[in-house]
Amino acid sequence: MIASTYALASILVFVTAALLILGGAVGVITMKNPVHSALSLIMTLFGVAVAFVAQSADFLAAVEIIVYAGAIVVLFLFVIMFLGVDRKENVHVEPLVGQRAFAGVGVIITIAGLIALMAKSHWVTGTMSVSTNGVKLAVGQGNVKQLGTAVFTTYLFAFEATAALLVIAVVGAVLLARRERTLQSEEVEV
Amino acid sequence: MNVPAAWYLILAAVLFGVGAFGLLTRRSALIMFMCIELMLNAVNLTFVTFSRTLSDIGGQASVFFIMVVAAAEVTVGLGIVVAIFRRRSSTSVDDLSELKG
Repeated sequence: MIASTYALASILVFVTAALLILGGAVGVITMKNPVHSALSLIMTLFGVAVAFVAQSADFLAAVEIIVYAGAIVVLFLFVIMFLGVDRKENVHVEPLVGQRAFAGVGVIITIAGLIALMAKSHWVTGTMSVSTNGVKLAVGQGNVKQLGTAVFTTYLFAFEATAALLVIAVVGAVLLARRERTLQSEEVEV
Repeated sequence: MNVPAAWYLILAAVLFGVGAFGLLTRRSALIMFMCIELMLNAVNLTFVTFSRTLSDIGGQASVFFIMVVAAAEVTVGLGIVVAIFRRRSSTSVDDLSELKG
């Protein structure tokens, strides 16, 4: 019945994306080795990219792979290797009694609340965009053009602010990760 | 016809929940950062779904900015983790009970 209402291809794409996303997410929180968690995170990000393409956000799907999987996860892996913390963490010990149970109950309440709230309010409310006159969003190059136009006109101030944010982040990261070179003996000791 | 927006919204809600559970239960600062990335991606997925349903490019523009902020956050956060590791030789948040360096 569902297959007749919606195109089979779109259902297959959704199921694939959902399996990638949830499999990766569960992997991130259950793997003992941080390197394996980072690799599971890549799987989730690929799933999200699939979901983006399925919803005509082509440019963001590319950015998801390039920026997240390509830069952020590599940064994670670099820090894991750099610190040498790729040894296994014992995930069976629970130092705070009942922490997992409470977290599980809280998370289930959150998810159920979110879904109940959305189901009660007909999932997506709001008006169709006037700029596209209710026409579906463009895909492929058209999507890049639309997004670029929006970012460089409507959201220009926010875009310029992100430039400042990135510069501050880079300077802050350099400052934090810098070794203090005050004493020569300290240098030898390190 | 594409699958209804509700399916993607439920998927995003579950992904957010998994990320939140990991953030609350794991003790390695690095894994906690990864869980924050999961939660950010859940929100991104929601934004793109709303954008598709309402044919509004604003949702995708928001995702673009969230990605920039996430990149900046990871850069600074991992810098802090490296700085803490130099002092304490551990990334477990249980060892960080005071702000003193």
